[in-house]
Amino acid sequence: MNEKKDKLTKERRVSRRSMLKGMAAGAAAIAIPNTSDASIWDAFFQKHFREMNSSEVSAVIERLEREYSEKYKLPIEVKATKAIPGVKFGYGLDLSRCIGCRRCVYACVGENNQSRNPQIHWITVLTFKEGEKWVDLEEANKYYNPSKVPEPGHFYMPVQCQQCENPPCVKVCPTKATWKEDDGIVVIDYNWCIGCRYCMAACPYGARHFNWAEPGIPKEEINKSTHYLGNRPRYKGVVEKCTFCIQRTRHQPGRYTACVEICPVGARKFGNLLDPDSEIRYCIENKRVFRLKDDLNTNPKFFYFFAT
Amino acid sequence: MRIVLILIVMFFFTLLQPIVVVATHEGSHSNKSGESKVERDLPKYFVPPPPFSEGIFPCSDCHADMEVNPTRRKLEMFHTNIELKNHAEDQRWCLDCHNPDNRDVLRLASGKLISFEESYYLCGQCHGTIFRDWKAGVHGKRTGEWNGKKVYRLCVHCHNPHQPRFKPLVPKPPPVKPIDIR
Repeated sequence: MNEKKDKLTKERRVSRRSMLKGMAAGAAAIAIPNTSDASIWDAFFQKHFREMNSSEVSAVIERLEREYSEKYKLPIEVKATKAIPGVKFGYGLDLSRCIGCRRCVYACVGENNQSRNPQIHWITVLTFKEGEKWVDLEEANKYYNPSKVPEPGHFYMPVQCQQCENPPCVKVCPTKATWKEDDGIVVIDYNWCIGCRYCMAACPYGARHFNWAEPGIPKEEINKSTHYLGNRPRYKGVVEKCTFCIQRTRHQPGRYTACVEICPVGARKFGNLLDPDSEIRYCIENKRVFRLKDDLNTNPKFFYFFAT
Repeated sequence: MRIVLILIVMFFFTLLQPIVVVATHEGSHSNKSGESKVERDLPKYFVPPPPFSEGIFPCSDCHADMEVNPTRRKLEMFHTNIELKNHAEDQRWCLDCHNPDNRDVLRLASGKLISFEESYYLCGQCHGTIFRDWKAGVHGKRTGEWNGKKVYRLCVHCHNPHQPRFKPLVPKPPPVKPIDIR
């Protein structure tokens, strides 16, 4: 008996690798529901977004649009618009104007299909008392709720993704599901994100948010114009963040971001850092500008300034 | 003989006249384009119509037949809701900005008349640095396209010219506290 077995293993030696491969394939075959729908397999074996050619990308987008239309019973358009050459997006926020009304927070939620329940906000508005030790983000109050803003003796500081040129969140991602695009926008591929939340720990600005549950969005409030790397509906267990409204801005001509468009005091400025005539360049060249936690060498493209 | 000479000269002048007129016309044209050199960075922007109170414009509907009273006084018949506040009210009153002879336009300190659609020139007389920032798109709200057509707002869309301080707003609800999440 033993001799026979030895002989067998000698003849057909199964390597560890092929053994594991076979087990994985077997387990997968059992785990995946018995369905004729190939989209589950397509999603499982989807290549990394940046390694796909254009036909593969369009196949993925077609699949996603089909999935979304089944799920939400709405025709949801998913774009994969590429970065415009010669564009590096930058953002300016005038702290001397912001009154803390949170219009931007909710405009962003609506534009970018953030989950209403459980609640996800990409923008957090902090308030500080004048004269206190300030820009202490951890101690700042974001739950202020007076009848009218601005409150006397207070100032406000909205914080969102700072679109770092040297993003720590990208460095730590174990699956390369997040990266910096050519126009400077840090994006996430929700199909590659495994939800480890390392990036959230790495981000010094608290700009990344996790879908702890299946995102809850009322059907009539869904923004049907979406981008693969931006505001397309997310899954449970993935991280999401501000993308400078990639679905709006990456066009020729491209609209301003939703937060810029809604701001009633015009505190938010957006433009191309490589264009000397842009608003953002005017701010940097003519105003007192600072960047949040500049000492961490994250090199943000989000500039706070005082216009007065 | 002399009379003939004078007649000839006059004849030539009458011939020249249209040419002179054309020249001055061209002169004024080039003058205009010289002016619009200053304005060139403005007209490509799009400004929504001024936010008039309902039924108040054109002002000449009432003011056309009225005698101009240039004395500084408290208004008691009409426009009683207009109160100058936080805008150097001691130094200023209606006819500093509103044109007495034709109320449908505004008047700059230079005497130049401008329409209500261009009221930024009026505000820019004193608020020069703000006007400069506004032209660059940094002061005030801009919408539209970041690399295309941009929509500006007039100063008066956000600042009531008679009480220019920005009015406080009701804030949107704060985020849910972690303790309240079920």
